[in-house]
Amino acid sequence: MFRYYLDLALRSLKRSKGLTALMVLTIAFGVAASMTTWSVFRAVSGDPIPWKSSKLYVPQIDMWGPGAQSADPDADKGPPDALDYNDAVALMRDHRASLQSAMYMISPSVVPARPGTHPINVTGHAVFSEFFPIVDMPFLYGNSWSAADDEHRAEVAVISSDLNNKVFGGGNSVGKTLNVEGRDYRVVGVIGKWNPQLKFYDVVNTGGFYVDSEDLFIPFNTAIAAGMPNDGNTNCYKSPEKGGFEGLQQSSCIWIAYMAQLDSDEAVQRYQDYLQGFSRQRYSWTPNVRLRDLMDWLDHEHVVPRDTKVSLLVALGLLIVCLVNTAGLLLAKFLRRSGEIGVRRALGAPRSAIYAQFLTEGGVIGLAGGVLGILLTGIGVASVGVVLPKDIADLARLDVSLLLTTLLVAILASVLAALYPTFRASRVQPAWQLKSN
Amino acid sequence: MALHPILAALRRHKAGVILIALQIALTLAIVCNAIFIIGQRIQRIQRPTGMNESNLFMITQLWVGAPTGDDQASTDKLDAMLRTDVTTLRNLPDVESATAVNTLPLINSSWTNGVSLQPKQQHSTAHAAFYFGDEQMLHTMGLRLIAGRAFTAADVQHRGFRAKDQPPIIIITKALADKLFPKGSAVGKSVYLADNTDPTTIVGVVERLQVSSADSWTNSFTWYSVLEPVRLNSNFSRYLVRAKPGRLQAAMKEAREALFAANPMRVIDDSAEHNGVKSFADIRARAYRADTGMAILMGVICVILLGVTGAGIVGLTSFWVGQRHKQIGVRRALGARKVDILRYFQTENLLIAGVGAIVGIVLAIGLNLWLMHRFEMDRMPVLYVLAGVAVVLALGQAAVFAPARRAANVPPVAATRTV
Repeated sequence: MFRYYLDLALRSLKRSKGLTALMVLTIAFGVAASMTTWSVFRAVSGDPIPWKSSKLYVPQIDMWGPGAQSADPDADKGPPDALDYNDAVALMRDHRASLQSAMYMISPSVVPARPGTHPINVTGHAVFSEFFPIVDMPFLYGNSWSAADDEHRAEVAVISSDLNNKVFGGGNSVGKTLNVEGRDYRVVGVIGKWNPQLKFYDVVNTGGFYVDSEDLFIPFNTAIAAGMPNDGNTNCYKSPEKGGFEGLQQSSCIWIAYMAQLDSDEAVQRYQDYLQGFSRQRYSWTPNVRLRDLMDWLDHEHVVPRDTKVSLLVALGLLIVCLVNTAGLLLAKFLRRSGEIGVRRALGAPRSAIYAQFLTEGGVIGLAGGVLGILLTGIGVASVGVVLPKDIADLARLDVSLLLTTLLVAILASVLAALYPTFRASRVQPAWQLKSN
Repeated sequence: MALHPILAALRRHKAGVILIALQIALTLAIVCNAIFIIGQRIQRIQRPTGMNESNLFMITQLWVGAPTGDDQASTDKLDAMLRTDVTTLRNLPDVESATAVNTLPLINSSWTNGVSLQPKQQHSTAHAAFYFGDEQMLHTMGLRLIAGRAFTAADVQHRGFRAKDQPPIIIITKALADKLFPKGSAVGKSVYLADNTDPTTIVGVVERLQVSSADSWTNSFTWYSVLEPVRLNSNFSRYLVRAKPGRLQAAMKEAREALFAANPMRVIDDSAEHNGVKSFADIRARAYRADTGMAILMGVICVILLGVTGAGIVGLTSFWVGQRHKQIGVRRALGARKVDILRYFQTENLLIAGVGAIVGIVLAIGLNLWLMHRFEMDRMPVLYVLAGVAVVLALGQAAVFAPARRAANVPPVAATRTV
């Protein structure tokens, strides 16, 4: 029966080529515009580490006190979004989460061992050893450094395979020496395929997205001892008393990101209580602390650019208009065939048969629109790179799931659009139609 | 023309009429807001920074194995390296002037601080972006001094990147001067920077200088800039260079080579995305790329939307014309002229589009209010809505013309034929 309806649908669509083309194009454009913006939105708002994002938490402490609050009553009264050095070190010392790491962004220069090569500037982070299990870092060679290395300020480094290729020409470089800012670091690990599009562990300094990959990780304490200054943002309520990187460490300026892994609800509750106590012990004012989980934190930091949300909404609006448009055209097309419907009904076809026939026709239009829509979405995603900033455009990609969604949305949209016209068609009175002809 | 027969006919096609009116309403609502967004973005992209931007380029470099600049000796060493680089650049044949700067408008690397009228003020009077440079800074940037004086070589100090900031004199922008001293001139007055207890004297006012980022967080102080006569010493440095007219490309090439020749132990990126030598035109294009992208995207969506709606009107009207073939014949046979038939369909469309537009106005304003609430968008001027109404009405008339003319060409003899 379905094949019969399919045949009927194709015949009917062939009969009015102009109208059919119009409907197919409408669906295709509507779906392609929505899918293109969706691909961008999905890329920037997706969960960067879905398997454990609910276990990752970012603690916030108010180290500036109520005096630093903005006079604006509507302003966010939450604590600052990064930590100063003293609090970060104290939190690390207390070590109350199952895994935790303070971190700051560095961008030192590295001198390649191979003669005749220029020094290069790399981006990375100074972290604690527990950072690697927190982000589930995959290692190609070697492993992370140990907690003892953190303690002893060992001069060790974990490097990306990209940097490994540049400096050592690839291969297992564990044990080799890397010259960072004139000091020798022993390579203990080479990272495998790992380059999260969203630098979720340090949104404050990276802004979430940036084009650079992370090439170098060294122990936090070692970087501090070596006086390796921070790259990224520094935010001060009061200027440091003393100048220099050392002055920054003694100040209440915030420049350190922090991430803790908490495995159960009780652990979260315990950590929350701990933060309250921590703040009460260190500061005279009422504790103003927060413990946000990763997705909540990303939302708080407005990691998804506003433009992306607005354009997705506008594109969805376009899809709705296309839906309404298709519904109008289908209505015209179906009711034009009132005579044919009358004959079918008079010959004994039940209403459900009319439904099946016309919804099949709607589905066929959706399929055609979807196939064309996939093509247009491909063009759309390819041209996103021309108009959007590279860091965001790079994330939007055409993959199988996007293609399938496009097709599905197109078919669903056109069947939805066909519902009302089909309902009207099924209400056609056979006797009246036969008489009037 | 009497509206009665049109209304009577429309009543027989309620669903179709409602769908097309709804479509026009939605189109109007979206197109108005999209065009408003485009207009705002274009305004943003076109605003001048206050600098003379032609022939300007910026060099960012990093010295390898340089001291940290945290103590006096290493600061002095870094300053000597910095001055050598500036001299190297100034001596190039295609270079008009050069200066060391900490940042520039639009490059998104910011140094901001509070400016207060009293020491130890709880909340500063204004928040401003800070630019550090030597006596050639004003000239190289191409700023227009409108009061007071420029910096002289004797004013210029140098200090480490993280040393405490307590300059004796500054130059500020007119916008900041007006904010701090709404009455009278700012020149000669004292202000307190950050939480300094020592006053700083304003010696000059420049007409305009945008802050160093075009991101939304700077929207509240876009034109509040402060210039300090200071060379900042760090292991990295930025140079702003003005090439001789028409010699920009040559100067950019020369500058890179000359700096490496003077001291090879440095990093000047040369990838496409992170080039250490960038023309200001390039910096501007990058800074506003997201805005350009948004404007283009909104433009594309508007075009598709209007196209779809226009095509929808053509399709539906064609269907109605086909359906009323016989009635049109009857009217023609009873003496209606071709132009009457044409007018009939045009009026019908105007009626539907008019109703759609009225609903659309409400939707457009509602959508704008919602966007204001959710995404901190500005209020849309009524002009945009009126322009949108004109556009959809014109679109309706243009779309209906072809099917209406076909209807007008139905011969009177059609009345006598059965369908």
